[in-house]
Amino acid sequence: MKKLMKGNEAIAEAAVKAGCRYFFGYPITPQNEIPEYMSRRLPEVGGCFLQAESELAAINMVYGAGGAGARVMTSSSSPGISLKQEGISYLAGAEVPCVIVNIMRGGPGLGGIQPAQSDYYQATRGGGHGDYRTCVLAPASVQEAVDLTQLAFDIADRYRNPVMVLGDGMIGQMMEPVDMDKSYRPAVDLADKIWAANGHIPTPGRPRSIINSLFIDPKVLERHCERLDAKYKKIAESECRWQEEMLENAELVVVAYGTTSRVVRSAIRKCRQQGLRVGLLRPITLFPFPTEAIRNTLGTAKCYLAVEMSAGQMVDDVRLAVNGERPVHFYGRMGGMVPTVAEIMDEIRKYATPYQKTPAEIALDSAIDEKFQSVTDAVGHILQRTRKKMKATGSGK
Amino acid sequence: MAVVFEKTELLTDLPMHYCPGCTHGIIHRIVAEALDELGIGKTAVGVAPVGCAVFAYDYFNCDMMEAAHGRAPAVATGIKRVCPDKCVFTYQGDGDLASIGTAEIVHAATRGEKITAIFVNNAIYGMTGGQMAPTTLPGQVTTTSPNGRDVEHCGYPVPMCEMLATLSGSAYIQRVSVHDVKHVKAAKKAIKNAFAAQMENKGFTMIEVLSTCPTNWGLSPLEAVQWLKDNMIPAYPLGVFKGAEA
Repeated sequence: MKKLMKGNEAIAEAAVKAGCRYFFGYPITPQNEIPEYMSRRLPEVGGCFLQAESELAAINMVYGAGGAGARVMTSSSSPGISLKQEGISYLAGAEVPCVIVNIMRGGPGLGGIQPAQSDYYQATRGGGHGDYRTCVLAPASVQEAVDLTQLAFDIADRYRNPVMVLGDGMIGQMMEPVDMDKSYRPAVDLADKIWAANGHIPTPGRPRSIINSLFIDPKVLERHCERLDAKYKKIAESECRWQEEMLENAELVVVAYGTTSRVVRSAIRKCRQQGLRVGLLRPITLFPFPTEAIRNTLGTAKCYLAVEMSAGQMVDDVRLAVNGERPVHFYGRMGGMVPTVAEIMDEIRKYATPYQKTPAEIALDSAIDEKFQSVTDAVGHILQRTRKKMKATGSGK
Repeated sequence: MAVVFEKTELLTDLPMHYCPGCTHGIIHRIVAEALDELGIGKTAVGVAPVGCAVFAYDYFNCDMMEAAHGRAPAVATGIKRVCPDKCVFTYQGDGDLASIGTAEIVHAATRGEKITAIFVNNAIYGMTGGQMAPTTLPGQVTTTSPNGRDVEHCGYPVPMCEMLATLSGSAYIQRVSVHDVKHVKAAKKAIKNAFAAQMENKGFTMIEVLSTCPTNWGLSPLEAVQWLKDNMIPAYPLGVFKGAEA
C-alpha cells in the first residue's frame, strides 16, 4: 500500500529496509528528518544511531563502521558535505563502501536552506583530493529516492566505493506517496566482506585486514590509482541510468535531473501540445553521466538545453557528450529559487520553433479539411430539413 | 631447551622505520604485549594515525585501519559500535591527538566511548621534520618556533590527561613515560589497566606516553632520554588522572 511520506524520512526508512544498521550524522537543514528518523528507528532493529560532534567526525565514524563491514550511511546538506569531503576521499582511497546523502541547499558558503543543485561539480568530480569518483544517484521523486537509496547500498558493496544520493531541499522536504512494502533484496552478486577489519581471527584464507589509503612508494600508489580508475570505468559501463521522455523526433532535447526535471517535464508536455518537438533526457546517475544516451539523440536534435538550479554545472557534461556537434544552451536559477514551468516554456520557445509541415502534410491536411467540411454541410442540410419538417407538423413543442 | 623469551605475536616481523633512539618501538612493543597478555590481541582492531606512527598498521599484527589526521577516535568509534565486544584502540601522536584531532578525542571521551587511545607525546612534529607541536614546551626550539616557543605569541602546551580527566565519560586516564626500564614496566601496566577497563565497558580510556624524538630535538638518544626526564616530566607530571589502578 502506498503511504504519504516526506522525502527525508522515506530515504531513512529505505536505508533501514536495505540493511543499513549504522548512521552517523550532524544536524543541518534541510535534511534533519533523516538523522531524527534514524535516531528512533535504528534502535528498533538493533542498529546504532550516533550524533557526531561534527561532519568530520561523522564521516570518519562511517569510515570505521564501513571498514568493519557494516552497511552504514550518513547524510548532510551542502556545507556539511564540504566538511565530509576529506573523509570521502579516504573512503574512496581505502575502498570502504558507504552511502552518503546530500540534500542540497543553496551556496556558496553558508548560502541558504532552500533547494539547489550547485554541488554537482563537487559530487561528480570526486569532491575531495586525489583521483577518485563516487557513484552519484539523483532522485526526482520520493519514490525514486527510496529506490535509489536501496540501490546505492548495493552499488557501494558491489564496487567497495562510496555512493552519493544527491537530492535537494525539495526532494527532502516534499511529501509524496511511496510504496514501502516492496521488499528489498540485496543484489545477488554481492560478495562477503572478507576484507573487513572487524577483529576476526586470521586464517590462511582470510589474513588480518588492513584498511588503508597510504601507499608511500609512488609505483605502488600508481598501481593502486590505476586499479581504482579501472573500477570507475567499470562503474561507468555498468551503472549508468537515465530516463527518456518524448525524445522521439525531438529537435530540442532538454537535459535536467532531480527536482528541476519535474518542472521541465511539465513544460515539455505543454510545449508538445503546442506543436514544439521537444523532449526530456533525465540523468538518474550523474556519475556515471549518460553520455551515450545523449549522443543517441543527435539524430533528431538540433540543439540542447540544460536546466539546473545552479549557474551551469551539469551543462558541462552535456557539452562534453555533444562534443561541439550541436549548440548547447543553459537556463538556471540559483540561491534556492526553483524555476517555474512558464520560465522553462519561454526558454524552450527560444530554441524550438513550431513544427513546419511538409507540402505533402499540408495537402493531406487540406484534403481532411475538405472532407470534414462536406460532412458538416451534409449534417447541416439534414438538420435544417428536420427542423422544417418538425415546424410543419407542430411536433417537438 | 627452555624458552626464556618470545617476541609477542602481536607484532609483525617487519623492520620498524623509526629513528634510532626513538621510543615508538618500545611503546609498540608494550601495547602489543599488553593486548597479548590480556588475551584480546588477536581480535583487536587498531587505528593508525597520521604522523610518525602512520605505518603502525604494518607493525601491529591485528586488524588495522589507517585514519585521516586527528580522526582516529572517530574511526575507532565507528569500529567499536559495529564490534562492541572487540578491543579497539587508537595510536596517536601529539599533533594528531592534541592539535588537529582535539574535537574527536574530547567527544570520544565525553561519550564514554569504549576505546583506548595510546597517546604518544614527544612535544614535536616528528614526521614532518620538527615543527612546533601543541605539546611543545615553552622556550623549546622547533623549526616553526626557531627562537623557542613564545607563549605570548602562540600559547601554552596542552595537558591532555588533565583536560580529559574532567569529563564524565573518561574511565581511566594515566600519563606514563618510557625513559627507563622501571618506567617502561609501569607504562605497560598502565596500558593493561586501560585495555582491561575498556573490556569491562567502563568508558573512555587513554594512556599518554611521554616519548623522545632525538632526531628533531637535535640530541643523541641518551641525551634525549635525559631531556625527557629533566624537562618533560616536570611539565607533564606522571600519574593516574582518572580511575583506579588495578
